[in-house]
Amino acid sequence: MVEQACQCEEVQIRRGGAIIVPSFSLAIPAGRLFGLIGPSGSGKTTIMRAMMGLGAIHAGAMSILGQPVGAAGLRTRVGYLPQNGGVWPDLTARESLRFMARVYGVSGNRIDELLELMHLTRMADRPVSTLSGGQARRVALAMAIINQPEFLVLDEPTVGLDPRMRAALWQEFRSWASDGATVVISTHVMQEAEWCDEVAVILDGRVIAQGSPRELMAAQNADGLDEAVLRLFEREAPDER
Amino acid sequence: MNGSRVLAVASRVLSQLRRDHRSIAMAIVAPCLLLWVLQVTFQNVPFVFDRIGPLMLGILPFVMIFLITSITMLRERQQGTLDRMLVSPIGRTDIMLGYSLAFAVLAGVQCAIGMGFAVVVLDMPIAGRVLSAFVIMLLLGLYGTALGLTASAFAQTEFQAVQFMPLLVLPQVFLSGLLVATEQLPLALRWFAYINPLKYALALLADVMTLGQPLFARAHLGDLAVAVFVPIGLLLIGAVTMRRQRED
Repeated sequence: MVEQACQCEEVQIRRGGAIIVPSFSLAIPAGRLFGLIGPSGSGKTTIMRAMMGLGAIHAGAMSILGQPVGAAGLRTRVGYLPQNGGVWPDLTARESLRFMARVYGVSGNRIDELLELMHLTRMADRPVSTLSGGQARRVALAMAIINQPEFLVLDEPTVGLDPRMRAALWQEFRSWASDGATVVISTHVMQEAEWCDEVAVILDGRVIAQGSPRELMAAQNADGLDEAVLRLFEREAPDER
Repeated sequence: MNGSRVLAVASRVLSQLRRDHRSIAMAIVAPCLLLWVLQVTFQNVPFVFDRIGPLMLGILPFVMIFLITSITMLRERQQGTLDRMLVSPIGRTDIMLGYSLAFAVLAGVQCAIGMGFAVVVLDMPIAGRVLSAFVIMLLLGLYGTALGLTASAFAQTEFQAVQFMPLLVLPQVFLSGLLVATEQLPLALRWFAYINPLKYALALLADVMTLGQPLFARAHLGDLAVAVFVPIGLLLIGAVTMRRQRED
């Protein structure tokens, strides 16, 4: 296993002439539950897309599992949950998973296993468009992990889920990381981010702090991660308070 | 390219289409209805429907498949499912071929029903081989798919995708020989007609359907080459623009 599951060195990403991410450096150790936190528009989604080979990198270098991002050899080893879900609303959960299973060449048993894991068995044959937001999110998540990826990128995976489901899913994320997978998650919910092994706080496309939630709280002399992050934002961008 | 993944994409697209009963009904009924309206419109004008009717059998599926393809691919981009596929082991060529295969099936159904309706209900004479005419219509459907996939790369909303029809499709129809023979066009437009792929495919269709000439006649090889290779070229462009989208 490589020591660093993800290595970003002075990565610059532009879109339509504008610099979205000026210089992003980050190392994510393998087998960690790693959180990316930051305000809306801080560049989290752009960075996560870049990790998946979506979107050109204009300067610097980014590698996943020891290979350059987007390499053909990574395709079966990574999993991705896009921010907007990436589900086909007119397919059922079972059809969506069947398609993904064919793409990755995994057995049909895995489909039933995932339906059960995501509590979707009862509604497996209903079109996704008829499911609730939380149920559709669970279909999207099941699609992302069908190949049991070694490196999993989840862009706000728990949006729209009830607290019980959130807690259950975070337990799952934790168990995948314990089994050796690297799970990178973006979230706005600081209580959730506290469950990560390590977090990187992102502002304007750069990392302003990195460490375990406990370390960040201690460094900012804060009682909770939300307070620590607020202090970091105030220090970095006092005018935007 | 991976055959199993091409089939997976095609069967997934067909599953989605099957679920949309209203669109399927419209895609099948509309060409028949339009052909009937056209026949009634020209019933007192001799020979016009006999000339343009067979051409419309090729044009209608081409236009409809173009629209359906461009909107379907645009939705893939908007809902994040294209990203999901690009991250997976599916290659860009697998996606393009899977789409082409799925829409070839739709075009095939459309053409078969349209031709059956034209022959049985409208009494349209077909001088040549029905299978040859069917192959040309399928090629036109493939051209519609390829053009739709290419256009979708340059559209950010469904509204923009639809606007490509008057920009890309209608001029080709106007300059295809349907309204005025190419030789009778003003010189400037004649050059546009000469680079219009639809002109060659429709000339082939007219020769096969109304003159009863064989598909592989030596005189048609140029037209046939355009009808086959332009869609293939466009699909390759579509694959390249998909990569651009991945890297933009």
